[in-house]
Amino acid sequence: MNYTSTSPAQQQEMLDTIGISSIDELFAVIPTTSRVQGELDLPPALSELELQREVQSLASSNVGPHTHACFIGGGAYDHFIPAFIDQMITRGEFLTAYTPYQGEASQGSLQAFFEFQTQIARLTGMDIANASLYEGASATAEGVLMAINVTGKTGILVAETLHPDYRKVIETVTADLPVEVMTVPARDGLIDPAEVASLADDRTACLVLQSPNRFGLIEDWSGCFAAAKGREGERAGAEPVAVAVFNPIACALLKSPGDCGADVAAGEGQPLGIPLQLGGPYLGLFAAKDKFTRKMPGRLVGQTVDADGRRVFCLALQTREQHIRGAKATSNVCTNQGLLALRATMFMTAMGREGIRELAEQCWHKAHWLAKEIAALEGYELQHTAAQEGAFFNEFVVRCPVPGERVIRHGKAMGLLPGVALASERLGGEGSTQSLLIAVTEKRTKDEMELLLKCLKEAAKS
Amino acid sequence: MPPPPPRITDMTTIDHNQTTTADLNPRTREHELPRKAHEALPTIFEKDSPGARAITLPALDVPQTTVPSNLAGDAPAWPALAQLPVIRHYTHLSQRNFSIDGNFYPLGSCTMKYNPRINEYAAAHPGFAQLHPLQDDDDIQGALAMLYETRTMLETIAGLDEASLQPAAGAHGEFTALKVMRAYFRDQGQAQRTVVFAPSNAHGTNPASCAMCGAGAVMVKVTPQGYTDLDDVKAQIDKHGEDQIAGIMITNPNTNGLFDKYIHEVSDLIHSVGGLVYLDGANMNAVLGKTTPGLFGADMMHYNVHKTFSTPHGCGGPGGGPIVVRDFLAPYLPVPQIEKDADGRYFLDSNRPKSIGKVRSFITQFGIMVRCWAYIRACGPVGLREVAEQAVLNANYIAALMKSRFEMPFFEPAEHRFAAHEFVTVPKKLLDHGIKLDDIAKRLLDYGIHAPTMHWPIVNCLMVEPTETEPRYVLERFARVMEQIADEIEADPETVKRAPTSTPVRRIDVVAGDRKPTLVWKN
Repeated sequence: MNYTSTSPAQQQEMLDTIGISSIDELFAVIPTTSRVQGELDLPPALSELELQREVQSLASSNVGPHTHACFIGGGAYDHFIPAFIDQMITRGEFLTAYTPYQGEASQGSLQAFFEFQTQIARLTGMDIANASLYEGASATAEGVLMAINVTGKTGILVAETLHPDYRKVIETVTADLPVEVMTVPARDGLIDPAEVASLADDRTACLVLQSPNRFGLIEDWSGCFAAAKGREGERAGAEPVAVAVFNPIACALLKSPGDCGADVAAGEGQPLGIPLQLGGPYLGLFAAKDKFTRKMPGRLVGQTVDADGRRVFCLALQTREQHIRGAKATSNVCTNQGLLALRATMFMTAMGREGIRELAEQCWHKAHWLAKEIAALEGYELQHTAAQEGAFFNEFVVRCPVPGERVIRHGKAMGLLPGVALASERLGGEGSTQSLLIAVTEKRTKDEMELLLKCLKEAAKS
Repeated sequence: MPPPPPRITDMTTIDHNQTTTADLNPRTREHELPRKAHEALPTIFEKDSPGARAITLPALDVPQTTVPSNLAGDAPAWPALAQLPVIRHYTHLSQRNFSIDGNFYPLGSCTMKYNPRINEYAAAHPGFAQLHPLQDDDDIQGALAMLYETRTMLETIAGLDEASLQPAAGAHGEFTALKVMRAYFRDQGQAQRTVVFAPSNAHGTNPASCAMCGAGAVMVKVTPQGYTDLDDVKAQIDKHGEDQIAGIMITNPNTNGLFDKYIHEVSDLIHSVGGLVYLDGANMNAVLGKTTPGLFGADMMHYNVHKTFSTPHGCGGPGGGPIVVRDFLAPYLPVPQIEKDADGRYFLDSNRPKSIGKVRSFITQFGIMVRCWAYIRACGPVGLREVAEQAVLNANYIAALMKSRFEMPFFEPAEHRFAAHEFVTVPKKLLDHGIKLDDIAKRLLDYGIHAPTMHWPIVNCLMVEPTETEPRYVLERFARVMEQIADEIEADPETVKRAPTSTPVRRIDVVAGDRKPTLVWKN
């Protein structure tokens, strides 16, 4: 099966029209020594029915949030997704449309992306947002690159409490550039503005600070950004760029990046109606103050008029982009995450301001209830003082009396995914083996949380 | 052919929230209101209906914990809509789009082929769609088995040794591979090798990716016949110094729609000075199963799975940009790598000391890899070869049909210069009538055909790639439509200058939008 639409007889007539006798003549230019001899060594073709069976066999062997109550977070969260989104997104007019370069034939996607940009800008408290980047970590790295570009400075301050994957991507992206990545050390899971002040100087291009951070704790964005920028006129040359890494659900309840003096807000859009699907495709969110409009990475959709003077939408400021500007582009991004941005805008529209607020509140209340109950269990405690004081959103670190891996194994037998061990290589491989990062979304019921409490109690004795 | 333009898609875009005079006209039904489609569709912000909820949540089942006032913020200023208006909104938006499901997209270098629905079925299976990326390897053996098979199949198709599935799109793959290239040279004590060549007909992402890696892209010339200019490559090597050369980024078949017949000479030349050959795999659709990048000298490459392996373009993404490299470059690939141990257990390996690190969070565009896997498994080796054969045949067929009227600088069957899977045409004679290339593109929309790629790789060209999935009658209709547009231009250029007239909106003033950008909706 290869989805072509041409019969052998038609092929022959087409060859006649071209004036050749065989398809091989079209490939004669490939040197004999470079040709594949016989066929590629691939598994034989499957009919659709066989393929469905193969999918069933591979997919149904996996355990996940579809089979177990999921308390794993760490940058990807098991949130509720309204049923209509899966239906709507598979409309061929969305699924199989190209990038909206031909605006007259793409008003649907363009208007949806314009609405998406507006929703993200309003969520983050920023002036503008782009039409998406790949995912949270690379979006954050784009923020760093933009900061280097607009300030002409070389000092990258990265909070130690940033998600380890985000940190790694920033390191990879800046590795061959003449810049220096410096870590702002954390104390008890949080960044102290005084630490930022002691590291920031005239060379500082940006401060990257995530809140809620990798431990789920709410950072002092305002204090740290102010410390990075210094008193008015304190920094020679351009002011450092404040890059806030945010969780979109938390933004619906807590202070937004814009409320706290951020210049750029970058984050992972997966919680906005995107399935977990083992880590991707996700959705890079990128919003900024409007002074950065012409320095933004990625596609932007703007409002304009057509020949009849009617309000229409089109791709805006394309001269920033690689297909026009080449090496001088603001980013090399071409393909973005269009369909995921569509999912997210549908989610945001369906939730509305009240729905998203309620959803975020439920995350808060459930996580805080569970944290209190866990802290009351013998042998368990919340690892960070800030968590004990309640300054977290939907995720917190628990210090267990036994290795976290043992709790996870025990939970699996009970139909639970209890969390992720901080020492897990997949979360950066640092931290105590007894530390467990536990996330709670609106989807977790009291029954499931009570089951987790039972699991923790049993694991402590095992 | 009957007079143009036929109505091309259902453009019924009525919005019931908005009462207008037309809605009150007793003679009209919504499907009889084509002109209504020409009115601006209200945004969701104009449909705000305070108090409405499209979705409700279960009652909170635990006691509340007060949010401290120093932490609490405001709810986002999003509109409130009931569920049916939400559904109508997106349905109406969808009706304002061209799509492969509804239209022909002869978009050169973009490979807009049919997106099989079995791939969507596979990716949506809960056992794939609902896996958390931080779960233990033991939980997800089926998913890892699928990724591992995808990895090995992509290695085979490339004729190279080891793939990384991590990059999120083609440009991201380029960037990742360039990082691998630089890490390799640094490890070899040759960090000074930073010059990367790219032919002047390279994708814009090539030089942009180089810039992100702190490497200077040096553009090399293309011959009038459309091939990489070997003499210029030699001259550039001399100019920059052999020991400064990191490599070349080359697209083959190239963007002029030709298999580069000097590809071996170019590869050998770059290798002889210690450089690496990078293949931009955007055009792999033309050579699947016929040759491999490994066989024609590439050391590393990326795929665009949303082109070659039929994953949907989705209004601009998500894509997938896996890279494949020769074994001596494999230690530098991103982590984690998908591996299989001696017992047949699959695992994610982060223990690679020479790795460049990570270019994205977690593992890969997993849902895209599921689709890619399903496509390759459906095709099998014979099916994939036939994909390339039909894609190339289709391009040459259209070119042959159009040749009498449209100049094609690189397509010369008499000289055995056939098109690969796409071809370039420069309609000079038509442009002499005082029209712009854009006018032809917009007029095509009136016939329900998406415009080809324009002004690239050369000025005033159209680049046409039909793909293998289009039936013959679509190819023939395209050629006839192009001739008819040529007739229209010769009869009265105003016909095409006014285009499009049948799309939901008329010609868009992009320049006005850029002068004073409005990027968010304002009351």
